[in-house]
Amino acid sequence: MRHPRSIVLLLLLVAPAAAMASTHERQLANGLRVIVKEDRRAPTVAHMVWYRAGGMDETNGTTGVAHVLEHMMFKGTPSVGPGEFNRRVAAAGGRDNAFTSRDYTAYFQQVPKEKLSEMMQLEADRMRHLTLDANEFAQEIRVVMEERRLRTDDQPQSLLFEHLAAVAFQAHPYRVPVIGWMSDLENMTVADARFWYEQWYTPNNAYVVVVGDVDHQTVFQLAERHYGALSARSLPVRKPQDEPVQAGIRRLTLKAPADLPVVMMAYKAPVIRNVDEDVDPYALEMLSAVLAGHEAARFTRHLVREQRLAVNAAASYDSTARGPGIFYLYGSPSEGKSRPQLEAGLRAEIAAVQDRGVAADELARAKAQLIAGQIYKLDSMFAQAMEIGQLESVGIHHTMNGRMIEKLQKVTAEQVQAVAKKYFRDEQLTLAELDPQPLPQVLRPRSPFAPRH
Amino acid sequence: MNPAKFLTCLCLFLAAAPTHAGPTIESWQTSSGARVLFVENHSLPIVDVQVDFAAGTAHEAEGKAGVASLTQALVDLGVSGMDETQIANRMADLGAQLSGGVDTDRASLRLRTLSMADKRGPALDMLTAILSRPTFPAEVLEREKARTVAALKESLTRPDVIASRAFWAALYPAHPYGRQATPDSVKAILRDDVIAFHRANYSGSQATVAIVGDLSRAQAASVAEQLTAGLPSGGAMAGIPIVQLPAGGEQRIAHPALQAHLLLGLPALRRGDPDFFALAVGNYSLGGGGFVSRLMKEVRDKRGLAYSVHSYFLPLQQLGPFQIGLQTKKAQASDALRVSREVLADFLAQGPTEAELQAAKQNLIGSFPLRLDSNRKILENVAMIGFYGLPLDYLDRYPETIERVTAVDIKAAFARHVRPEHLVTVVVAGE
Repeated sequence: MRHPRSIVLLLLLVAPAAAMASTHERQLANGLRVIVKEDRRAPTVAHMVWYRAGGMDETNGTTGVAHVLEHMMFKGTPSVGPGEFNRRVAAAGGRDNAFTSRDYTAYFQQVPKEKLSEMMQLEADRMRHLTLDANEFAQEIRVVMEERRLRTDDQPQSLLFEHLAAVAFQAHPYRVPVIGWMSDLENMTVADARFWYEQWYTPNNAYVVVVGDVDHQTVFQLAERHYGALSARSLPVRKPQDEPVQAGIRRLTLKAPADLPVVMMAYKAPVIRNVDEDVDPYALEMLSAVLAGHEAARFTRHLVREQRLAVNAAASYDSTARGPGIFYLYGSPSEGKSRPQLEAGLRAEIAAVQDRGVAADELARAKAQLIAGQIYKLDSMFAQAMEIGQLESVGIHHTMNGRMIEKLQKVTAEQVQAVAKKYFRDEQLTLAELDPQPLPQVLRPRSPFAPRH
Repeated sequence: MNPAKFLTCLCLFLAAAPTHAGPTIESWQTSSGARVLFVENHSLPIVDVQVDFAAGTAHEAEGKAGVASLTQALVDLGVSGMDETQIANRMADLGAQLSGGVDTDRASLRLRTLSMADKRGPALDMLTAILSRPTFPAEVLEREKARTVAALKESLTRPDVIASRAFWAALYPAHPYGRQATPDSVKAILRDDVIAFHRANYSGSQATVAIVGDLSRAQAASVAEQLTAGLPSGGAMAGIPIVQLPAGGEQRIAHPALQAHLLLGLPALRRGDPDFFALAVGNYSLGGGGFVSRLMKEVRDKRGLAYSVHSYFLPLQQLGPFQIGLQTKKAQASDALRVSREVLADFLAQGPTEAELQAAKQNLIGSFPLRLDSNRKILENVAMIGFYGLPLDYLDRYPETIERVTAVDIKAAFARHVRPEHLVTVVVAGE
């Protein structure tokens, strides 16, 4: 059983039936889908509501509105006042939060299992009855601008990534940061938020994921009771906004206060559109694992440890997305090494795969990690709910997960070599560099440490 | 030091409910003197092991700041008979995950493995070798020193790191908790320093082993015995000295960032202090209860001054910090600081309202099952109980202890632990 052929087989052998329970699904008359996975290891439940609307559905001038609306969802309805949502979840012994991505916006609560009904009531209420008060908006938009300063403007590596996306994509909305451009935040109005809410927050554009110590029939009844009365509305047509083919290398440099340079290489790559028929995205996932999946994978072994060219080097690729895909290579050069030297080192690693492929044991190792990771994921209800929600967000039915793991298991060394040759071409490359700028010489305390009283 | 990580540490303590007991913890000593805590749980084919040593940064000798982290980082980068690549490949082949960390008090090594014998056995053999037979290769040490220095120099450009380091230095001016690695201190560390630190601080009699998952009691006993048999046999080590409270004061550090980073606090709480419960309940209302705390309402909701604002107690072996922290755009730094101070002063003067007290208890007790609903969370709790020598029924008794806390207790506990004359303020990138 060192390298089992099938995740399903391994899981059946080692995981008790309870932990491996399959999901149950029902669609309400208003179009809302409800997906339930029973996991009875602890008396808790994760409840999530996912909306198929994210940064990529925004238009110029109101970038960031998906995320702003996410903030406003906590600011009250006629029956649940501002801040009351959080207060009720806390009183239930729960935790809650929300996240906005390019592809979706999702809300979740983790609560003791007997509180599920109350959480559904709260989510159903704000799915339709959000107040969107102008004064609340005026406060909250300032909070969002602080969030942008905290997470992007004062973080050189985040800023580099933002600039990279804006150059790699020219037509597709993936060029825009989820948090939004500052100018758009500064000029956003409550009417913009309301327009967004009216467009996208409707049961036929949403799905509910419940994982935990629950009976699925009971969950379906609760969902019918709380969400069933909301009526469906027609959704706007989604324009594809396909990115034109890139036909030449793009380079950019960002100067920011920092000490470590960064090189980030972004190659256009496909993502899974047909789980059964696609081949390349699976091979790219395995390539990513062979390059940077563990501490002795190629990047760390060669670039960090043997050549001492980098203090860190990594690869990143996500085979699922609503929009176009990117395969990233990135790292920081060691002291005394330059950005061009690191770029050459990263390119040499790709060339080595193009010319000589990958070894059988490297591929087997990546697959062993993949299988173990599937089992470790069962330790977290939240992670299981996230997996279901994310697959659904890109239009892949969550029950296809097992099939995707099988496809990954079947990837051959030849396929890995083939995708290395096919997609890692300069025509498809955008390369971003962080050029670190020394801080002004003001780091000494401006005032000595002085008693206040 | 990462505030988010500290927050997690504290959250682990806030676990309890009247209707749910904690996990059943079995405990014994290995023949080498290590303390073992074990929770048997067969619901998943996973075994989690954490081995803790009193080998955090507070155990570094003066002038050797950085040796604790380097030692911890190097133990799995070479053991007798295997180099770093062979070790990492073996772990990956098995699907096993090795992790760990260092804080002021502790150095930890953590292994997650599948429980089938053909995976678990070799994975635990690797962990045994890492614990008992690290070789600390000289060339690997030099490389890791260079990487540490690079990361340190980068972090010293970040306003949050600058603020945190200044804060800890000001809270603990003459105490090991205030000493922090610098590029120069790391460069000066020799292989002999690492070997000596390992020998003195990674001994069997000082180790705590926490095991959670798919093993029987007998299997767990043999695992613990195997892991600790070859550890160095060091004697009792020097403890961490008592903390002297600092004079209060304010420090401002200029920085080009758009946002100011504010920290406010003082050394406040030891692990095992009975006031912990009153402080935990009180802090929930002050700044610990996420979106429902006073600080969040006043700073974020009413004024839109910050994305996040928090307060927490981080109990350590000796007095760990109480801290309020937030970030806001430069021009608002004074406003935000004033509001935070007012909220704190009001809380110290008045204590929580009855409604706040009930809301805090409701959440802290009601959320008990969520604190323990995965093997990983159980491991974190059990390892902490083991390392700090808390009673094994600590989690079981938590709800009733929380339930008994009164508003008077909270006000009195805050008065004892948060004395305004010792409050230290650090502002980085303020106007």
